Amino acid sequence: MAELKLPVDEATIRGLKMGDYVELTGRMITGRDAAHKWLIESFREEVAPFMKDTVIYHCGPVVRHDDDGSWSFVAAGPTTSIREEPYQADVICTYGLRGVIGKGGMGRKTLDGLARCGAVYLHAVGGAAQVLARSVKRVERVFMLEEFGVPEALWVIDVERFPVMVTMDSHGGSLHETVEQQSRQKLEELLGLGA
Amino acid sequence: MAEADRYVETFVELVRRAATELPPDVVEALQKAREREQQETLAQRALATILNNVDLAREASLPICQDTGTPVVWIHHPIGVSTRELGSAMVEAVRRATAKQYLRPNAVNTFTGKNTGDGTGRGIPLLHFEEWDSPDIEVRLILKGGGSENVSAQYKLPDSRLGAGRDLEGVRRVVLDALVAAQGKGCAPGVLGICIGGDRVSGFEESKRQLLRPLPDTNPVPELAALEETILTQANTLGVGPMGFGGRTTLIGVKIGVLDRLPACYFVTISYMCWADRRAGVRIAEGGEVTWLS
Repeated sequence: MAELKLPVDEATIRGLKMGDYVELTGRMITGRDAAHKWLIESFREEVAPFMKDTVIYHCGPVVRHDDDGSWSFVAAGPTTSIREEPYQADVICTYGLRGVIGKGGMGRKTLDGLARCGAVYLHAVGGAAQVLARSVKRVERVFMLEEFGVPEALWVIDVERFPVMVTMDSHGGSLHETVEQQSRQKLEELLGLGA
Repeated sequence: MAEADRYVETFVELVRRAATELPPDVVEALQKAREREQQETLAQRALATILNNVDLAREASLPICQDTGTPVVWIHHPIGVSTRELGSAMVEAVRRATAKQYLRPNAVNTFTGKNTGDGTGRGIPLLHFEEWDSPDIEVRLILKGGGSENVSAQYKLPDSRLGAGRDLEGVRRVVLDALVAAQGKGCAPGVLGICIGGDRVSGFEESKRQLLRPLPDTNPVPELAALEETILTQANTLGVGPMGFGGRTTLIGVKIGVLDRLPACYFVTISYMCWADRRAGVRIAEGGEVTWLS
C-alpha cells in the first residue's frame, strides 16, 4: 500500500493493518483539544460534511496569512494524541471519521472505537514539521478560528502524499501496546527482575 | 545601549541557528541510526523522514519542529559585564526571533491560559549566569521541547521496586526504567542528560547542562564514561525504537554529570531531549568578534 486517497471507504480502512506505511492524498481536517470538546458538546452540522469518511489531524500548526487573504501552513507536525482519549471514540463514530493522525498513540477506548466504527490511528513523525507542512498543498477553509485561535482551530486542508504509519488498526492491533509490552519484558531481563 | 543592541542581533542569530539547524554531530548520529535500522521498517522510514525534515528546515531557515521549546541559556561573562543587560538582550532576542517565526509563541500565562504572544514570559527564556576569568562572553543555548520535557523524571534512591541502591548500578536501573516509561513519547531516538546527586532543583539544572556536551565526547570520569556507554548500549536493546515504532535506536546519546548531595538524599535526575536536539553556542570576544560554536 502506498497512496491512500481521501475520502476513503470503510472496506479500504479495514484492509489496513498495524505496521503499514501509507501516504494520504486528499481532504482532511485538523483538530485538537478545544475542537474535540466542541465536537462532542453537540452535533456540529456545518463541520460534519468535512469529517465524513476522512481523517482528523491532531495538529497545532504555524500558519501564515498571505497578502491575498489565503492561508498557508508553515510548520505542521503532530501533537500528542492521548489528551483526546476521552472524546476520540465518540468523535469518530458520531461524524463517521475513518481515521485519526497524531503522535504517541491512544488508549483502549479509542482502540475499541476504531474497531466498532471502522477507523485507524495513523502516526505521523513527531517533530517533522517541515516535511508535513510541505505535504499541505492548500488550506480550503477554517472553522472556529476566532474562538479557538490559530493552533486550536479546525483547518480544512488538501494534502498530497502525507506520510503516516498505521499504528492502531480496526482489528484491535496496537503497535504501542506491543512495543511497550516487549520493552518491559526486556527491561526485566536487563535488571534481573521478574520470573 | 548600542552595545546591548549588538548583543541582541547576535542572540537572534544564535536562536535562529538552534531552531533551524541541527548540530552536525546529531545529524551524523541520526544518519548512523538510519543505517542501523532494518530496511523497509517503520523505524527506518521515521528516521528517513526526520533526516529529510532536518534538511528542509536548514535550507528554508524554518523551525525543525513546530514546538520550539523553552530556550534554556547559559552565559559566561567577564568581571564587570552587567548580567541584567545580557539578560534583557536575550529576552529581546527571543521576542524578535518569535516575530520572525524562528520560534513559535510558546509562553502561556498559567493563571489566565492566554499565550503571551511574544515567546517570553515569567521564567522564559530560562537564564543562567556565571562569571569567569576570560575577557570573552560565551553563550550556550538549548531549545527544550514540551513532549520530551513531559517524560523527564527524577528518582530517589534507594528504590526497592527496581532493586536500585545508592551506587552506579542503581543509577543504571532507574535510567532504564525511565526510558521504558517514556516509550516513544519524548520523540525518540533521544539524548539523556543525567545528574547524579544534587537537590531537586540543581539536579534538573545539571541534567539539562549535560545536554550541551557534543554527542561524541567522552566523559572525563572513567566510571561515568563506562556507565554512559552501558546505558546507551542497553537502551538500544529495549526495542522502543524511533517514535516508539520498535527498532534498534531508542537513544543516540547519554551524558552524565555529578553533584554533591546531602547525606539523606540521593537523587537521579533524567532530562529527556528529543531527536531534535537543538543547541547552539557563540563566543563574543572583548573586541566584539563573534565565533559560532557547535
